[in-house]
Amino acid sequence: MSNAATEPWIRRSANPKLDRVMVSPEGVPLNVTVATAGARAGALTLDIIIIMGLILGVSLIGLLILWAFESAFGGGASLEQSGPLNVVAVLWIIAVFLFRNAYFLYFELGERAATWGKRAVGIRVAARDGGRLTAEAVIARNIIRDIELFLPLVFLSSGEASGNMTEFTAWAGFLWVLMFLLFPLFNKDRLRCGDLIAGTWVIQNVKRNLDGVVAPSSEVSIDPANGKETSRYEFSDADLAVYGEYELQTLESVLRTGTDEALLTVTSSICNKIGWEPGVGDERNFLEAYYTALRAKLERGMRFGKRRKDKFSADI
Amino acid sequence: MASVATDLAAQQAIETAALKSDRFRLEREADWIRLDEIVTKMEKGKTRRLSDDDVLALPTLYRTLLSSLSIARESSLDAGMIDYLEGLALRSYFMVYGTQTSFGRWFKGFFGGGWSQAVRDIKLDIWIALFVMIAGTLIGYALVAGDSDWYYALVPGNFADVRVPGASEAALRGTLFGTENQDGLGVFAAYLFSNNAQVAILAFALGFAFAIPSILLLIHNMALLGAMLWVFAQRGLTVEFVGWLSIHGTTELFAILLAGAAGIHVGRSIAFPGTKSHLTAASDAGKRAALVMAGVVIMLICAGLLEGFARQLINDTGLRYLVGGAMLTFWLTYFFLFGRRKADAMNSGMTS
Repeated sequence: MSNAATEPWIRRSANPKLDRVMVSPEGVPLNVTVATAGARAGALTLDIIIIMGLILGVSLIGLLILWAFESAFGGGASLEQSGPLNVVAVLWIIAVFLFRNAYFLYFELGERAATWGKRAVGIRVAARDGGRLTAEAVIARNIIRDIELFLPLVFLSSGEASGNMTEFTAWAGFLWVLMFLLFPLFNKDRLRCGDLIAGTWVIQNVKRNLDGVVAPSSEVSIDPANGKETSRYEFSDADLAVYGEYELQTLESVLRTGTDEALLTVTSSICNKIGWEPGVGDERNFLEAYYTALRAKLERGMRFGKRRKDKFSADI
Repeated sequence: MASVATDLAAQQAIETAALKSDRFRLEREADWIRLDEIVTKMEKGKTRRLSDDDVLALPTLYRTLLSSLSIARESSLDAGMIDYLEGLALRSYFMVYGTQTSFGRWFKGFFGGGWSQAVRDIKLDIWIALFVMIAGTLIGYALVAGDSDWYYALVPGNFADVRVPGASEAALRGTLFGTENQDGLGVFAAYLFSNNAQVAILAFALGFAFAIPSILLLIHNMALLGAMLWVFAQRGLTVEFVGWLSIHGTTELFAILLAGAAGIHVGRSIAFPGTKSHLTAASDAGKRAALVMAGVVIMLICAGLLEGFARQLINDTGLRYLVGGAMLTFWLTYFFLFGRRKADAMNSGMTS
C-alpha cells in the first residue's frame, strides 16, 4: 500500500497516522481509520461495566427466586442440599461463565460486529484482509481476551486476597498484565494480541449525511426584473490561477457551514488576492460563482490527469 | 402525478447544473440514497423487514456505488459528496461482506465436520502436546518418588486434604469411593466446568507467546496428576485411582490436550511461519485453533457433568473404566473417522 499513500483521494483525517487503505474484494481501495487506543479503552470499560451489571442482575434474580421459595415453602426448605439453592447456584455459575465469555462473541458476530460498548463509541471489528469477518476469527480474538484482561484481574485479586504473593511475583505478574494490556500501543494498527491471532482489527464507524450540491447552478442567475439569465461574475484565467484543491475545499466548507461573518472575511481575502474591489451584500453569490468557476477549471484539469494540490503547487 | 413532478424537477436540476461532476452526482443520487436507507435498516437489525426488491437490489446498488466512488475520486472535487460516498461504501461493504453465517448454520457445519476437520489439521501439535503431557506425568511421579516433599510443592492445598504421602489406604479409598455430598453434585459439576474451561482457555491463550507457557502449563498440571498417582500407587490403589480418574478424565484430559495443542499450533506458526508473513500465519493458525477451542469448551461441559454426577454415582471400578473407555472411543471416532470421507470427497472434487 506504500505507493497508494501518495494517491490524492487518500483521506486526511484528524490523525493521519491511523488512516489505512483496505482493498475490497472488488478491488476498490476503501479508506478506513483505525480506532484510537482511547476509544478502545473506553469501549472496554463500558463493556466491563455492562457485564458486571448483568452478573449483578442475575445474582439479584437468583436471590429473589430463593427468597420467593423460602416465603412459599417456609424457612429452611431452600437450605436443604437438594433444594432450589442448588438449581440457582448452577444457573448462576453458568450465567457468569456465559457473560464473561459469550457476551463479546454474541455481539461481535452480529450485523454490526460491535459490542454495546463499541457501538457507544462508534467502532467495530473488521477482517484485516478486507474479506468476510468469520465466526472463527471472532472466537479466536475473544478467547485471547482471557489472558489480556480477566486473568490479570483474577491474578491480582486472588494474590491480594490470600496475601501469599511475594513482592517479586507481584511485580512480575503486574508486568505480565501490563505487557498484554498495553500491546495495542506498541503497534501502528492498534492490534491487541487477540486481533493479531484472529486477523482482525478495530476501525471507526463512518456515518455521514449527503449534503446538497454546493453551488446549485450559480453561474447563471435569473434577473427578477426581466427574467433573463445573466452571468453576474466573470473570472479570467489569472483570477482562477491563484488557488488549488485545498483552497477549493476550504471554500466548500465555508459555503456549507459558514456564518455571514465568515463569508465576508473569505470574500475580502479572495478579492485581495485577485485584485478585485470587494462588494457588499452579495458575498454568497460571489463566492458561489467563484467556487463554481474554480472547480470547473480544476475538474477540467483532472480529466486530463493534472491535479493541483494547493496554491503552492504549480498551476495546471 | 407527484412523482412525475419531482422527476421533472430533478431532470431540470440536472440540466441546469453547471458542472459535469454535479450532473454526475444528480443523476446517481437517488440510487445512493436508496442504498443508504437499506444499509441503515440492516444496521439497526431490521434485515428481515426489508422488501424482496431491496434485498435483491443490494449487491447491484453496492457495486454501482463502488464504481461511482471510483469515478468521483478521479473527476469530482465535491469533498462533501466524496466523503459521503466513502462512508457509505464502507458501511455497505460491511453489509454485503458481513458475517452472513447465521449461528444455526455455523453450528451445523461445526458439528457436521468442521470441528473434527480442525482437530485433524493440528495433528502434529496434538502429538507434541501428548508427549509433553506424558512427560509431565512421569516427571511428577519421579519427583515425588525421589522426595515426597515435592508433593506439597506440586499439589495446591485444597486438593491435598487427605491425599498426602503416607496417608492410610482406607483414607485414600474413601476419596475414591466417597458417597458424601451427593446432593450438591449439580453445583459441583457447574463449578468444575467453569474452572476447567478457564484452565483450557488459558492453555490455548498462552500459546501466543511462542507456545512455551502452554507447554509449561501442561507439564505443571500433569506433574500434579503424576504426584497424586504416586500417592495412590504407594497403597496399591493404582487401578482404582485410574478408574476414578478415567470416568471423566478421558474427556477432560483429551480436552486439555486439544487446548494445549491449539496453543502450541498458534505459537509454532508465529515462531516458524514458513513462506507466509508472520501476521498471516498467526491469523490462519488462530482461526483453525479457535474452532478446536470452541469444541474444547463443549468437551469440558461433558467432562464437568461426568465428573460431577457420574463419578460420584458410579462406585464400581469396572463400570468407571467402561464409561471412560466409551467416552474416549467416542471422541477418537468422532475426530479421526467422522467426516473424513466427506472432506476427502470434497478435496478430490476440487483437484479433479
